[in-house]
Amino acid sequence: MADQPVARTAAKPASLHPDGSDPVLSAKQQRETLKSAGDSLYANRVKVYPKAVSGPARQVKWAILIFCLAVYYLVPWLRWDRGPGLPNQAILLDLDGRRGYFFGLEIWPQEIYYLTGLLILAAVALFLVTSLFGRLWCGYSCPQTVWTDLYLWVERRIEGDRNARMRLDQAPWSASKWGKKLLKHAIWLVIALATGGAWIMYYQDAPTVTRQFFTGEAGGTTYFFVGLFTATTYVLAGWAREQVCTYMCPWPRFQAAMLDEQTLIVTYQKWRGEPRGKHKAGDPWDGRGDCIDCKQCVAVCPTGIDIRDGVQLECINCGLCADACDEVMSKVDRPKGLITWDTLAHQQAKAAGKEAKYKFFRARTFIYVAALVILSAVMLWGLLSRATTEITVLRDRAPLFVGLSDGSIRNAYTLKIINKQRDAQDFTLSVTGLPGADLAVRGQDDSELSAEKLVLPADTVSTIRLFVKAPKAQLQQERLSVTVAVKNSKTGERAAAETLFIGPPVP
Amino acid sequence: MPTKIEKDAVTGTDTTGHEWDGIKELNTPLPKWWLYTLYATIVWGVIWMILYPSVPLGGTYFKGLLGYSERQNIETALKQAADQRAPMMAKLAETPIDDVQKNPELATFALTGGRAVFNDNCAPCHGVGGSGRPGGFPVLADDDWLWGGTRAAIQQTVTHGIRNGGADARDSAMPRFGADGLLTPAQISDVADYVLALGTPAGTALSDAAKRGAVVFGEQCVACHGAKGEGLKDLGGPRLSDAIWLYGGDKASLVKQISAPRQGVMPAWSGRLTEAQIKMVTLYVHSLGGGQ
Ligand code: SF4
Ligand code: SF4
Repeated sequence: MADQPVARTAAKPASLHPDGSDPVLSAKQQRETLKSAGDSLYANRVKVYPKAVSGPARQVKWAILIFCLAVYYLVPWLRWDRGPGLPNQAILLDLDGRRGYFFGLEIWPQEIYYLTGLLILAAVALFLVTSLFGRLWCGYSCPQTVWTDLYLWVERRIEGDRNARMRLDQAPWSASKWGKKLLKHAIWLVIALATGGAWIMYYQDAPTVTRQFFTGEAGGTTYFFVGLFTATTYVLAGWAREQVCTYMCPWPRFQAAMLDEQTLIVTYQKWRGEPRGKHKAGDPWDGRGDCIDCKQCVAVCPTGIDIRDGVQLECINCGLCADACDEVMSKVDRPKGLITWDTLAHQQAKAAGKEAKYKFFRARTFIYVAALVILSAVMLWGLLSRATTEITVLRDRAPLFVGLSDGSIRNAYTLKIINKQRDAQDFTLSVTGLPGADLAVRGQDDSELSAEKLVLPADTVSTIRLFVKAPKAQLQQERLSVTVAVKNSKTGERAAAETLFIGPPVP
Repeated sequence: MPTKIEKDAVTGTDTTGHEWDGIKELNTPLPKWWLYTLYATIVWGVIWMILYPSVPLGGTYFKGLLGYSERQNIETALKQAADQRAPMMAKLAETPIDDVQKNPELATFALTGGRAVFNDNCAPCHGVGGSGRPGGFPVLADDDWLWGGTRAAIQQTVTHGIRNGGADARDSAMPRFGADGLLTPAQISDVADYVLALGTPAGTALSDAAKRGAVVFGEQCVACHGAKGEGLKDLGGPRLSDAIWLYGGDKASLVKQISAPRQGVMPAWSGRLTEAQIKMVTLYVHSLGGGQ
């Protein structure tokens, strides 16, 4: 392992007490120590050994973790009957068939803006939540956090809690150390494989691809992507962990734009905690703060920081330190909430001994909510008014027009008509805006079709050649605006497109 | 240049020794693995430069140890594409031209390939999309055909060409009525008047000149252009009663054409294009809007 436990390489090794009462340095402090120890241009990685903790924040975190993982792993197995010849998977991005299936909704490639809309919606929702409650996303539902948490849980089950893990890492290699490490990495890899496998199932039929994967029949692309996501899950959740949040992720760098002094974030109540110091049972609490400097908040922090230093880039707002400190506070019989969700403004007011109010409704709250409402409305409108027939018209540019032997003028067009319906439909094709127009329709393979009864196959884009002929005498202008329309003979649904009819210059 | 590394009073962190206008940069080191990743990419880059073509050397360039060549790749890809097309091309070659449309897949293949063949070989004279060019290059998208607009007729024209001296080439010649003194200028003028009148609706009264021209037309022109100027495709005799004129349809152009006719030449494509390619381009031309 490249990263040696801090206790061995640090300039001032922390003594390890079995009872967990060792002085805990935050990862940040340890980095400082390491740096001044030499080699000042490179920082050694300081391994973080988060301690297990229980409490409301931890419970919510478990609940969200289980929910998110369940959604991720199970959703591809949801079935949805679409009739013969179509995938029966509720959510499927069929790249080969160029369709996205979301329950009853079928998305065509050109409608990918629905996905864009969804992502924008998610981004605005993220801004709103962040401005109200800080980095809730980071602490609770970011995939990096969720999978790291899961991996840590496995690690704890096998190697024990914080102190046991630190001791194990320092211990010489023995059969039991090998066994524990191998078992841990094996389980990590199984989880990683399940993660990579589930990813692929969003793009292929889940039962089929699972069978193919294990029988060796799946395509190279499948194995590549399963391998890729297995590797990234294993490396990011197993090895990189908090370093992703601290060094790789761009989000912490600009989240500050969403936070203000009214945002609820995890804070250490300095006015109440300081001056900190050890406290013996029975000693009076007068003249000192409530913080007994037990450093439990540091020990449990998954990013290895000391929340008592104030708002920091590394803090993912998971609230585990609050759980840890609450436990300590109840042990020493002081009120809970020394570390808690609070706003900076509130804190300042309390520090000054003033009455303070939370201000949830700020300008940005309204702006984000308004943006959310407008965006959702636009998307809903787009979905509800979604056409099942679409037409696009391409005018031939060479030749612009053709003079025929009877003296009439002809223009040619290529039509693309989309029939999104599940069965073949009859359409009538018409051109308006050109008196005396005569239509001739051909299929892509030059076969004759009828403009009165154009049969378009199910669920396809049909390419059709349209020849429009008009007597020269009718052409009062060199260019005429015309409308090409198709109308479903049964449902009456109509799709139209504007184009030009061009003739010779009119003297 | 680092000048003086000192401890920052507020944070207790060392500075890098860089100072700009009194602002000192704190030394906040990156993790080691991060820097090693950077160095690894640099090493990777150097290896890449050694293995692949990279450094320009005047007129040439360093070719790299692997002998990689983009040009070679393109040639391989082109050959692969040709190999992929081969079965369809073979099928096209053996399918009679009128049967191609019965197989939609083959028809689409032929039309798509035909467009490419046409743009490469025919468009310089006949224009993209068969739009023709002034000065005797016929429009191929209209409904008038000098030598016939059926698939077979177009295939024949493309294969052997027109007036190129080949044994099977389409051949015909209009006499130089004026230049060779076969008709007087007055007669030519009369015939031109008559030909112009051919395109007018039936029952239109003929002018005197046109009436005189009709007699000359009956003696000299019907053999190739038909009694009513309806044209004769076997001889490539243009239809004179329609609105389409290869060399212009006003009187001056007609007089010029009757006196000293221009005659277009088209090369034979049989040696230059394969049979399948000729079928492709035939079907494409046929699809342009005038196919019969
Ligand atoms: S857990 Fe609470 S009491 Fe212990 S050091 Fe942290 S803030 Fe102080
Ligand atoms: S400081 Fe507290 S809230 Fe922030 S990451 Fe650490 S444990 Fe989570």
